[in-house]
Amino acid sequence: MRGVNFLRILLATLILALSAPLVGAVEPDEVLKDPVLEARARVISANVRCLVCQNESIDTSNADLARDLRILIRKKLVEGLTNQQIYDFLVARYGAFVLLRPPFKPETWLLWLAPFGIIVLGGGGILAMLVRMRKRNANGAPRLSPEEERAIEQLIKDEAGGMEA
Amino acid sequence: MKRLLVILPLVFAVLIGAFSVWGLLGDRNPQELPSVLISEKAPDFSLPPIPEFNVPGLSTADLKTGKGPVLVNFFASWCVACKAEHTTLTRLVKDKGVTIYGVNYKDKAPDARAWLTELGNPYARIGFDLPGRAGIEWGISGVPETFVVNGKGVVVYRYVGPILGKKAQEKVMTALRQAGFKEPGS
Repeated sequence: MRGVNFLRILLATLILALSAPLVGAVEPDEVLKDPVLEARARVISANVRCLVCQNESIDTSNADLARDLRILIRKKLVEGLTNQQIYDFLVARYGAFVLLRPPFKPETWLLWLAPFGIIVLGGGGILAMLVRMRKRNANGAPRLSPEEERAIEQLIKDEAGGMEA
Repeated sequence: MKRLLVILPLVFAVLIGAFSVWGLLGDRNPQELPSVLISEKAPDFSLPPIPEFNVPGLSTADLKTGKGPVLVNFFASWCVACKAEHTTLTRLVKDKGVTIYGVNYKDKAPDARAWLTELGNPYARIGFDLPGRAGIEWGISGVPETFVVNGKGVVVYRYVGPILGKKAQEKVMTALRQAGFKEPGS
């Protein structure tokens, strides 16, 4: 019996611990009655940066400003705004920095494309090196002379003979 | 050509090193964000005065009077940095003749009144922003923040944090002068 109890407690603890990040910082009085709108609010909040903590979304931040923005986003959803309209509203006030996922535009081309550029440059470099190495091996490397070939054959033979004996 | 390729890694290493040094040293504040308001019209807002305090409220219309640049300063009685900055603001008003409008951000009226009575009131107008909604319109992330708004109601400069020390004060004064501010007697 005690074993079963222990397991139950362990399970309950695990469930609570694992669900904590899902709940975020949203307080009960903020939650909308409409589950569809609430789900959209959670998605938007998870994509919006908290301007106070800067590396946290407003969905998980306890800052006052994050709470204000969460409530404001829900108000706008009830008013019937689309997700994009709400993002635009926030960007108009706080700049693109407020979005945790930076938009793809001329200012951020470098940010988005640099990794691919580096892969192409580096990969190209490695490829060029490999090609050159293969070429050198194919025709550039000095061959063994007939005497050396014979000497090697003799050595292998001796070794093999030694193993048998 | 070959020699160039050999020093290429070194060039990259130096570039990355220089970038790191630039990022770590100097008085660059990575948390300071550029305001999207710069060169834009001040956002639409309308705030009542602090209840039972004899200073008028603040709205967008007050920034478009054409009378020359003003400072719009977000403050709160609970904000320690605002208290530190208060002396500077008072000096700007008294010695330089700057007009400062305040936004009392997320403050309780009795606290705000007590704070302004104790320290003195440098603000010509004060908007009472209990819910912090005007703060969101202005895109502030905390207090204090100070904006320079020219006579046409266009935001030309933003200073994040308390205006402390000569350097900070000079930055704000420079922005004011560029917006057409003339010090009395100059």
